[in-house]
Amino acid sequence: MHELSIAMNIVEIANEEAEKANVTLVREIDLEVGTLSGVVIEALEFAMDEAVKNSVLQNAKIKIRKVSAKAKCLKCSTEFPVEDYYTPCPECNNFETELINGKELKIKSLVIDK
Amino acid sequence: MCGTCGCGEDNSIRISKPGKENKLHHHHNNHNHTHDGNEHSHDHSHQHYHDHSHSNDHLSETSEHAHDHHEHHHDHSHKTEIQLELDILQKNNLLAERNKGYFEAKNIIALNMVSSPGSGKTCILERTIKHLSKDIKLSIIEGDQQTMNDANRIESAGAPVVQINTGSGCHLDADMINKAVKELEPENNSILIIENVGNLICPSMFKLGESKRIVIISITEGEDKPIKYPDMFRSSDICIINKTDLAPYLDINIEKIKEYALHVNHHLKFFEMSAKTGEGMDEWYEWLKKLNI
Repeated sequence: MHELSIAMNIVEIANEEAEKANVTLVREIDLEVGTLSGVVIEALEFAMDEAVKNSVLQNAKIKIRKVSAKAKCLKCSTEFPVEDYYTPCPECNNFETELINGKELKIKSLVIDK
Repeated sequence: MCGTCGCGEDNSIRISKPGKENKLHHHHNNHNHTHDGNEHSHDHSHQHYHDHSHSNDHLSETSEHAHDHHEHHHDHSHKTEIQLELDILQKNNLLAERNKGYFEAKNIIALNMVSSPGSGKTCILERTIKHLSKDIKLSIIEGDQQTMNDANRIESAGAPVVQINTGSGCHLDADMINKAVKELEPENNSILIIENVGNLICPSMFKLGESKRIVIISITEGEDKPIKYPDMFRSSDICIINKTDLAPYLDINIEKIKEYALHVNHHLKFFEMSAKTGEGMDEWYEWLKKLNI
């Protein structure tokens, strides 16, 4: 359940950014979470419920965009969607692949009233 | 609430040397309190008023999560979007880089040992310290939820050690290492081994500033462990397969463990050993010696 520490990081960053922008509330926060980021989106949503209390995010709409993981074969360069790290290349059956997408764990943007 | 894992109410991290327990009492939000005695009664006022009435709070079928959003339309407010593109783990990553810079400047090789509980991390360290302390300056940071037991074992084996007790926390983070290193004061030109909390999931996301991450699997854990818990095997550089002395009693194929691990991470380098008998550990010792040059 490391999602709570992730949620608290999000709140901390939002607090800092709100302070920089001189606002006390954030209207909306957009997050990007890859399917292989190590964060379970449902668990993160649950953790955010607690973490946002008494913070600039307390009334904010929290948008989480899920980024599907994609890998590239290091032998034949085929790009293909993956749900794990051990799916071989569908073209040449090679296990040596690199991830192109799926590790994202980002705050994309905040919407504030100003 | 515990920010490390969320499973407890208290958020206290303790960093202590054997014999000087609870010297440093560290809270996650960067308030440090130093205590001379053993008593530390902190009333944490992180009370979260949780009225259990979220009947329709969770709209998890859509990826958008509605948060009691009150639509007050103020007359003179304009919506402004601030583009951030910030890594959520940036704080930890930055602090990990700071730790790394400190280690590099002092020519300290930091190794982060991760595994399930009971894979033999501490036992590997004990034997390594006894065997190598003449040749290499080794120091250890121990991570466990509770007790000084591992630090005491390491001290008996003969290496300087600091114990981090994470309380209810499930992993070490760069901030804890930053503070523990200040207590430990590892020597220049040495190897620092960090034994993470026994947990094959959470520590994978938290860099500590290590130059190599070492995942340990004991052969009693099953051949398919690397694909059941892939994040840790993916993020490691080295894989130690421990308890090989038990192979005659188990229906397990070590080559199969390696094959699964390589499917998850084809860069992994393996060491097979029994920390109990010492079998297969010479190659590991040689590798450590080369790191220390």
